Amino acid sequence: MLRPVLIVLGVLSLALATACSAPTASGAAGGDPTRMVLADGYEPDSLHPLLGYGVEGAAKFFDGLVTHDADRNLAPALAAELPVVAADGLSWTVRLREGVRFHDGSAFDADDVVATYRALLDPAHVSSVRSDYVMLAGVDRIDPRTVRFSLRNPDMAFPHRLTLGIVPAESLATPAPLEQHPTAAAPIGTGPYRLVEWRRGSAMELAANEEYFGGPPAVKSIIIVFAPDDNTRAQRMRSGEFDGTVLPPALAATFDGDGSGFTVHHHSSADYRTITLPSAHPVTGDPAIRLALNHAADRQGMIDALLAGRGAPASTPIPQVLAEYAEPSAQFRFDRAQAERILDEAGWVRGPDGTRARDGVPARFNLMYPATDTVRRDLAQGFTSDARAVGIDVALEGLGWEAIEPRMATDALVLAGGNPFDPDLVGYPLLHSSYAGDGFNNPAHYHNPAVDAGLDAARRATDPAQRAAAVRDWQKAYAAAPGFVFLVFLDHSYLVRERWDGYRQVVDPHTHGVTWGPWWNVEDWILRS
Amino acid sequence: MSVAVVGSRCRELALLVARRLAFAVPVLVIVAVGVFLLAAASPFDPIYQYYGVDVFTATAEDLAATRARLGLDDGVLTQLGRWLAGIASGDLGTSRSLRQPVAQVIAERLPWTLLLVTVALVVAIVLSLVAGVVAAWCQGGLFDRMVTAIGHAMEGIPPFVLALVAIAIFALGLGWFPVAGLTDAGAPASAEQVLRHLALPALVLGVSQTPWLVLHVRGSLLAALGEDHVAGARARGLTEATVVLRHALPTALLPFVTLLGTRVPELVTGAVLVETVFSWPGIAEAVVTAALAVDFPLLAALSVLATAAVLLGSLAADVAVALADPRVRADG
Repeated sequence: MLRPVLIVLGVLSLALATACSAPTASGAAGGDPTRMVLADGYEPDSLHPLLGYGVEGAAKFFDGLVTHDADRNLAPALAAELPVVAADGLSWTVRLREGVRFHDGSAFDADDVVATYRALLDPAHVSSVRSDYVMLAGVDRIDPRTVRFSLRNPDMAFPHRLTLGIVPAESLATPAPLEQHPTAAAPIGTGPYRLVEWRRGSAMELAANEEYFGGPPAVKSIIIVFAPDDNTRAQRMRSGEFDGTVLPPALAATFDGDGSGFTVHHHSSADYRTITLPSAHPVTGDPAIRLALNHAADRQGMIDALLAGRGAPASTPIPQVLAEYAEPSAQFRFDRAQAERILDEAGWVRGPDGTRARDGVPARFNLMYPATDTVRRDLAQGFTSDARAVGIDVALEGLGWEAIEPRMATDALVLAGGNPFDPDLVGYPLLHSSYAGDGFNNPAHYHNPAVDAGLDAARRATDPAQRAAAVRDWQKAYAAAPGFVFLVFLDHSYLVRERWDGYRQVVDPHTHGVTWGPWWNVEDWILRS
Repeated sequence: MSVAVVGSRCRELALLVARRLAFAVPVLVIVAVGVFLLAAASPFDPIYQYYGVDVFTATAEDLAATRARLGLDDGVLTQLGRWLAGIASGDLGTSRSLRQPVAQVIAERLPWTLLLVTVALVVAIVLSLVAGVVAAWCQGGLFDRMVTAIGHAMEGIPPFVLALVAIAIFALGLGWFPVAGLTDAGAPASAEQVLRHLALPALVLGVSQTPWLVLHVRGSLLAALGEDHVAGARARGLTEATVVLRHALPTALLPFVTLLGTRVPELVTGAVLVETVFSWPGIAEAVVTAALAVDFPLLAALSVLATAAVLLGSLAADVAVALADPRVRADG
């Protein structure tokens, strides 16, 4: 009777042995070169443009009317040519490309553009990007090949908003919250790739759109595997499973020149991290404190110590890499002595414990950061020690967003955002007083009439040189009376297998994931011969 | 056993099942309402889930309009009523964190969880029976001492630690199994692919459940070996194998079946952890997503599902025991 037991044991060990000796090598390395496997740490919530998917372009499934090229200039996509503004600046006319088809075979025309933008404006569809289009009053079809956008007020940055992906009019026939709409997970667009399958929490497969108006992509199949943990992603990268991924700079650097067959790309970005200084708070609202903190922050030190040297110091929301707009004189030098001098002159005197005070008010405030974000936590700690060095006491609080939101008007916050395209897109909602306290826009109620005037002038100016001058003016006005301590623009680091040609360096927006980065123009990549 | 006795036994069992199912209904309703009230009391604002990163550029006016449109400002009772009315009409609602109808989430993911849990359960049963019997048989021997020591040690190790260690050794160190996922990147879900990816999570989940079972089998078999009918069998000169496997083991197995039923909650919890570590696209992974996002419709459906699994598990165990052992009264 011992025999059955032995047999069971034998079968078990045999099964284990077979399972163990099964081949495991597969993945991307050495496979079909028209197939690309990428690993992403971030999985999108939805794939609908009106729910925020790919609003900054590079949307893969979708095309906007316009797109940005590698130098951040606007280029027509579904538009036949760049949008034309009326003399009064209150309407933009767009002629549309002909002969374009959606993935489902239906033809693209003006009705689809009108339906997409009307759904955006219609509260019944509950689009999450509606607030970016407050200037848009309406959109009308002139003929099947032409649409006209009407604005509430002149806005020369408006064409940069037309990167929004266009979806078929039929898919928007019922006005209902888009989160429940089938196309939120099964996109139908005109873009260079169509969705084959999306296994939630696991992977997404894209196939080339052979009918793409820009010509069929050479990379026929893209598989995006979702692996949230940075170290796991790096491990699987080393085992050759993937052709590319996004990694924290320090981890990416370990692949540099190690013969693994990957190129490391460090992209500059417009992805800023800033400390908001609430106007309503007696300490953070004080002009001397604000100026002193900007001189007290050792930005390069934070980049070297916390970001493995990958990043650029920030003084305004406009990064230096955008040379046409960045104002060189609006930059703060790290100068602790200067910060002390400013505080001394303003009457903030050091007490026995090293903390300054004026008229019985101690130089002390709270700084909130989202508790799960380690980069913001590290920067907040760096900032706190720099502030401490000049006698300003900062108390850190790691919180959830729901706890942060109601306190943003009175307590400082580590805020993030950024966009490399038109300076109006990031500058206006962040700095203009009309946005003060409006959701997360201008959360600290920054109010500076000179900055407001510059932002408005840049919005109205039709001449590019005039616009650039106005943008520089508001940066100077901001630097004279700052309401934030901009710390850094993060670099984004990527690994790309050396197998394809066509990579073009770009300046990244704040966007997550592998749809952006080196793969922003993957439809133009060709196989390396 | 006469036909009449068998018939009355069947009636007893049917009564047992009916009574338990009748009790299950209010339990499930209480669980659903309880989860709903907890979600309503949490400070989490679902608007963040809907907007994602877009919330940082949204205007207060648009956020308010969205709140009104999605019914987020309605009272708890209104929302509860709306949800219950949906359930009554067969609509489980839409998951906000996965952006899918809840019914679809369950349909897509439940089969993978059932596969994982079933294989893990088989692994656990086979391992614990074999190891438990051998250990009791050679009580005090080297194998017995090893099994007892490892069993007690493993009772204290949570499944996710076991999973991480298993990945480090078998996937990263030895390269025998893939690290995670259902298939290799981009490969279709073929039987070969799924089996290869299933091996490690199923073994980990199975092994993590084994300690209680193996110690129990060993203990109850030792107790059975001391009973009169076993002594009688020995006295009749039967071989040791017949005595242990035919006479002692069946008596020892009855409480084992009951124990299996009570391990179901533990199996559900273990599945949550193991699926998360191995990126297994099952229902348990959705539980984590739903809980982190306070995705009420999904959370409620999954809690009810888990509760139902536990109730059904213990019911199945009780029926099995009653069927196997005529001495057990089924009407209690």
